[in-house]
Amino acid sequence: MTSRDGERRSFFPYVVLGVIGLVVLWVLVATGTWNDMLKFRKDIAYLTRQHVLLVAISGSAAIVAGVALGIGLSRPGMARYAEATIQIVNMATAIPTLGKLALMMIVLGIGAWPAIVGLWVATLLPIVRNTYAGIRAVPAHLVDAARGMGMAPRRILLDVEIPNALFVVFAGVRTAMAINVGTAPIAFLIGGGGLGELIFTGIDLQDQAMMLAGAIPTALLAIAVDFLFGQAQYWLVPRGVNPLRERGSV
Amino acid sequence: MIRLDGVTKVYETKQGPLTSVDHVSFEVPHGETCVLLGPSGCGKTTTLRMINRLVAPTSGKIFIDGHDTDRVDPVELRRTIGYVIQQIGLFPNMTVAENIAVVPRLLKWDTARIRRRAQDLLAMLALEPADFLDRYPGELSGGQAQRVGVARALAADPPVLLMDEPFGAVDPVNREVIQDEFLRMQRELRKTVLFVSHDIDEAVKMADRIAIFRAGRLEQYAPPDELLGRPANEFVKGFVGSDRTLKRLRRICVREVMSAAGARTRRDGATVHAGDDLRRVATLFLELDTDELACVDEGGAVVGVVTREAVAARLAGADMAATTPQ
Repeated sequence: MTSRDGERRSFFPYVVLGVIGLVVLWVLVATGTWNDMLKFRKDIAYLTRQHVLLVAISGSAAIVAGVALGIGLSRPGMARYAEATIQIVNMATAIPTLGKLALMMIVLGIGAWPAIVGLWVATLLPIVRNTYAGIRAVPAHLVDAARGMGMAPRRILLDVEIPNALFVVFAGVRTAMAINVGTAPIAFLIGGGGLGELIFTGIDLQDQAMMLAGAIPTALLAIAVDFLFGQAQYWLVPRGVNPLRERGSV
Repeated sequence: MIRLDGVTKVYETKQGPLTSVDHVSFEVPHGETCVLLGPSGCGKTTTLRMINRLVAPTSGKIFIDGHDTDRVDPVELRRTIGYVIQQIGLFPNMTVAENIAVVPRLLKWDTARIRRRAQDLLAMLALEPADFLDRYPGELSGGQAQRVGVARALAADPPVLLMDEPFGAVDPVNREVIQDEFLRMQRELRKTVLFVSHDIDEAVKMADRIAIFRAGRLEQYAPPDELLGRPANEFVKGFVGSDRTLKRLRRICVREVMSAAGARTRRDGATVHAGDDLRRVATLFLELDTDELACVDEGGAVVGVVTREAVAARLAGADMAATTPQ
């Protein structure tokens, strides 16, 4: 079946990653680092939970707000402000994430909440941009056909514009979540906790096992999140507009 | 029936007001196909889009079956009017069945009825339902997509159909086929059709009446035979082309010029069918260097004769020419 080809393609990177993972594990065990890492078992469990919370709260809030904002900007009534807003979003994206976290610390102080807000901002921007661009890229004649058939504006948005923009929206969400997970360890620097604690402390103490105890779960989490959103993109975007899912004859 | 009464559209531009459609009035009787014809920018598409109120007229009235379209909610109005556009506009996120189901769903038909309707429509348009219902638009050829576009417009059985260069994006060979299919279907369905085209040959083939536009004004509104036989002015004459007489032949049926008397079959057996158009007669006159041909009916029995004089008289007498019903 054609759909199985598509599936195999989307799983392939994870097979490669799995092999690499096994090699890394073998090296760790062989050098004895594995046993040193296991000493941090309790810290890993506690900090992973914190880390996942940082990612989950800031990420889900960013998806909700980013998609809503992107849709809002794409409405004809907003056309006057949309391009200017997107310019501001682009400029804000150019600020390094560490800089954004530092700014949040200045404004909101230290702790988990400033970190979550900082991550939220960093995650929000690509989602807004892609949602807006994705909806704007829906061909005008589709909207014209929909209008001519007697679909109300709300129907057109839900049944035509969003489904046809969904692949691009998901691409934005995936990029944003990669940024989110990748930035989350830095949250430690402004008192946000998470696995960054092991990584940065490990670097400072030149304790390789400690560093790896933070780095490896962070990497696994990043892969898991990307896998999750990749699958969501694969299954939730309608087949007719999903380049990942192979089509029949044309 | 569609009636336009002094319909005008003025756009406000930076260079001042721009009149796109200028006091256009005409009437399309129920069940007829009217082709809006003219060069690009002549206002034919704007006129079409004012009928389903995708464009609001600046002034003038449009009536559908006697009802002022001003007094109906535009969204509700559009659900009663089929709409086909050149880019087809099938929704790529929906299957063929879902695309056809759009208007019936808006009208709250039940699922079983919608499914049955989609199957019937595809069958009518020569697309095997089992094969096509669950395909996505990306899996269709251009001609197939255009047929589905027509099926979607017909889904809720609207009395009126608006078509904006519907076959413009189809290659010439397939265009002929789809045009023929559409004519055959229209003979059965008798929809009131408004059809935008810039192709005089397509207009002559499809139309019961042709409305020729120039710069927002209606230059002539007449059946194809009359338009070609008696162009109202130099613009229309130029637009229909110097071969307008040849084009007329397509729309005149042998039956109209045939006389019952004096039928003789030629030795070589060449005959024309009473249902043929005069293009075939003219071709045979030239090929066989003859002035008359026997006409036969479906069964092959000789029913009359068509002569060069009769054809010439018919072409000269555009005044008497009644509309040729298809």
